[in-house]
Amino acid sequence: MKKTPLNRIHRELGARMVDFGGWDMPVQYSGVIDEHLATRGAAGLFDVSHMGEIEVRGEKALDFIQELTINDASKMVDGQVQYSAMCYPHGGVVDDVTLYRFAADRWLFCVNAANIDKDFDWMRQVFGQGDYPGVDLVNRSEEFAQLALQGPKAETILAKLTQTDLKAIAYYRFAEGQVAGTPTIISRTGYTGEDGFELYFAAGAAESMWQAVMAAGEPEGLKPCGLGARDTLRLEMKYALYGHEISAEISPLEAGLGWITKLDKPSFVGRDALVKQKEAGVPRRLAGLVMTQPGIPREGYPVYDGDRQVGVVTSGTMSPSLKIGIALALVTPECSGVGKELTIGIRSRKVGCRVAKTPFVRKDRD
Amino acid sequence: MEFPEELKYTEEHEWVMVEDEVVTVGITDFAQDALGDVVFVELPEVGTQVEAGKPFGVVESVKAVSDIYAPVSGEVVEVNEELPDSPELVNTSPYEDGWMIKIRMSDPEELDKLLEADAYEALTEEED
Repeated sequence: MKKTPLNRIHRELGARMVDFGGWDMPVQYSGVIDEHLATRGAAGLFDVSHMGEIEVRGEKALDFIQELTINDASKMVDGQVQYSAMCYPHGGVVDDVTLYRFAADRWLFCVNAANIDKDFDWMRQVFGQGDYPGVDLVNRSEEFAQLALQGPKAETILAKLTQTDLKAIAYYRFAEGQVAGTPTIISRTGYTGEDGFELYFAAGAAESMWQAVMAAGEPEGLKPCGLGARDTLRLEMKYALYGHEISAEISPLEAGLGWITKLDKPSFVGRDALVKQKEAGVPRRLAGLVMTQPGIPREGYPVYDGDRQVGVVTSGTMSPSLKIGIALALVTPECSGVGKELTIGIRSRKVGCRVAKTPFVRKDRD
Repeated sequence: MEFPEELKYTEEHEWVMVEDEVVTVGITDFAQDALGDVVFVELPEVGTQVEAGKPFGVVESVKAVSDIYAPVSGEVVEVNEELPDSPELVNTSPYEDGWMIKIRMSDPEELDKLLEADAYEALTEEED
């Protein structure tokens, strides 16, 4: 199994470890609910070193990226991050990504851990089908460690460790600086809905960085957090997770990612299929469901409107913030409106739920 | 981790406290620790007949759904009414406040198949 450079520390902390897409990762330390509430109330520190980093360099880099991704990277400026995705020609999703622009000729993709090899192969395939002289693709995933420091205390904690003016880094912007003496990409992004940062730095500095951030953060209530809390936090925000809300069989329009699907771009892989899907009517919509009766929805459970199955749960959990079952589900469009009463098949019973406004948990940012 | 001497145990991590012909059933300290935060417990109604080795209910953590198995056969005579509103009792007090159901045994000889504390503890050491 693959290990991040923080594996030893996770084990020392007594984390429960799981196989996550071939990676030996911590699912929890003190407990999912405790870690979740710490992140919402103070701060959480997540080892996300398993994520992949793929660099694109060259004068024609933007041309390649525009063909490869569904969002419009042409509007980005240096120091900006963009949430985007890559699609197959049939419109299914290869992966969702964040894209960093360092300079017009230097970009970095952050991709999902389980998809690194698949994504890199796909990028090379798209690259080979076009004409991008001087453009280089480099998989730098092994070089980087990555920590996500998330929560309302994130800026206070990080400010103790860096001279970089964090207030000058807006949401979905980044800066290059030093954190605890280590050159770091400081990105104001995350997967929790909280304010916070994702820090990219050399894998060899991972242990010292972790210790420095924990030492700076513990007085502020910072806790180490595992994949369990990462999942419940993102679910409360209705953030998609690859393999659940998005996949090769689910289009970004179905997954609620129409806002990053720039069909007015002249060309990108998957555009024709997505234009057709939009014209014909998107067959399924991602809805947020809140239980109105006791029960916890789980991935794969059927969703009903009366006797008729109208969809399926893609992710579900007990929301630690709301203390109630919540789910994301792909349902027929006529059942996706806020307020619609539906049921979820949980074991032998149909349990009541309602299409809710999302995010499930409101956060004020900026 | 605690394994009270006076209880009997199943290989599926339930505990049993015997009082004459009625037994109290819950899940063990080892089981609650492995599950993590318990957030939902589904139990049968009083009067339900349960069969040894068959699921009688469900316990859910944030991440997972697990069946709970009847250690003995018989009729459910009482269920812990606190658990629907306070499932965390399974974590905080697995052998006392977190008990789940009481069963009036139809075949007390089934108790002979259950594990003593030391044998159960040995089993958990293998699994851990």
